[in-house]
Amino acid sequence: MSRPVQYNNTIKFEGIPEGYMGEGFMATNLEKVVSLARKNSIWPLPFATSCCGIEFMATMGSHYDLARFGSERVSFSPRQCDLMMVMGTIAKKMGPIVKQVYLQMAEPRWVLAMGACACSGGIFDSYPVLQGIDQIIPVDVYVPGCPPRPEAVLDGFMKIQELVNAEGLRRRHSDQYKDMLAGYGIQ
Amino acid sequence: MSLTNETIQQKLTEKFGDQLTNWQEPYGMLTFTAPKDLNLKVLQFLYDDAELRFQFLTDLQAVHYPDNKGAELAVVYHLHNLVDNVRIRFKVFADVAKPDVFSATALFSAANWMERETYDFFGVNFVGHPNLIRILNVDEMDYFPMRKEFPVEEQTRVDKDDEMFGR
Repeated sequence: MSRPVQYNNTIKFEGIPEGYMGEGFMATNLEKVVSLARKNSIWPLPFATSCCGIEFMATMGSHYDLARFGSERVSFSPRQCDLMMVMGTIAKKMGPIVKQVYLQMAEPRWVLAMGACACSGGIFDSYPVLQGIDQIIPVDVYVPGCPPRPEAVLDGFMKIQELVNAEGLRRRHSDQYKDMLAGYGIQ
Repeated sequence: MSLTNETIQQKLTEKFGDQLTNWQEPYGMLTFTAPKDLNLKVLQFLYDDAELRFQFLTDLQAVHYPDNKGAELAVVYHLHNLVDNVRIRFKVFADVAKPDVFSATALFSAANWMERETYDFFGVNFVGHPNLIRILNVDEMDYFPMRKEFPVEEQTRVDKDDEMFGR
């Protein structure tokens, strides 16, 4: 017979949203269900440029597994991703490309700036480096560090999950959101 | 007979005489200076000569000497003789007000991108280059970053506290 599980047997399950349950059906709040589904299946786009990209590779590895948060499928296609993780130094010449990739993402989309260079230019306070990607695209979570430890990246990812959970279905159509995008020159 | 620095120097002075100056040998690598207009002739001679055979352009870069009035920009060529394993370096000086230097692209294809980079960072105008545009920096940049005239820091930052940075 199979050996009983000795370790990792206190797995935390995601709570089911409260609702009215019956024989074969459950009536609950659509927003809660959609948020639950979205937050546990974020597919990231690793826009990895430098050293933080290597740190991300470590985070995706088995020791600091990022896949257990639902991001098993990491893809470089913006059409199929929810979260763009910008990792590494972005030069001014790379700026329009980052923006282009961001524009190709479908709503709802989030951006995580990983590392000091993506947050604010990092130690490269100089003519070729873009001083933070929030000069060109809106950023949701900043993960500081040079490079941030994988645990820090996971913490940032969990904060993105909280944002996804709390967002609601109407935010992307609201005027406030459109105004914010207009501030970056994005229609 | 192996190719020594004395042989190279002798052959060059035979051909060009006093125009080549400032002969030095830092760390054993023969270095000399040529006038700006002769750079292609010197390169061609070093390429074609049966004994010298400097047919590999290792590096092409510039240095900005702001104190050398009239000859601020030095364009430095590093050449390598692959057969005898000998390297030499030669420099040409140009005035920063009119930094025109003949392009070595016709002789060495490697000079193409190296001259573009030198143009991008120092503003040296290579006459005769097929496509002299910026290569590493943003195209809209209107200054030449590696000249020693510009501050190191990015000027558009608004969040740096002057007190903390000693200004």
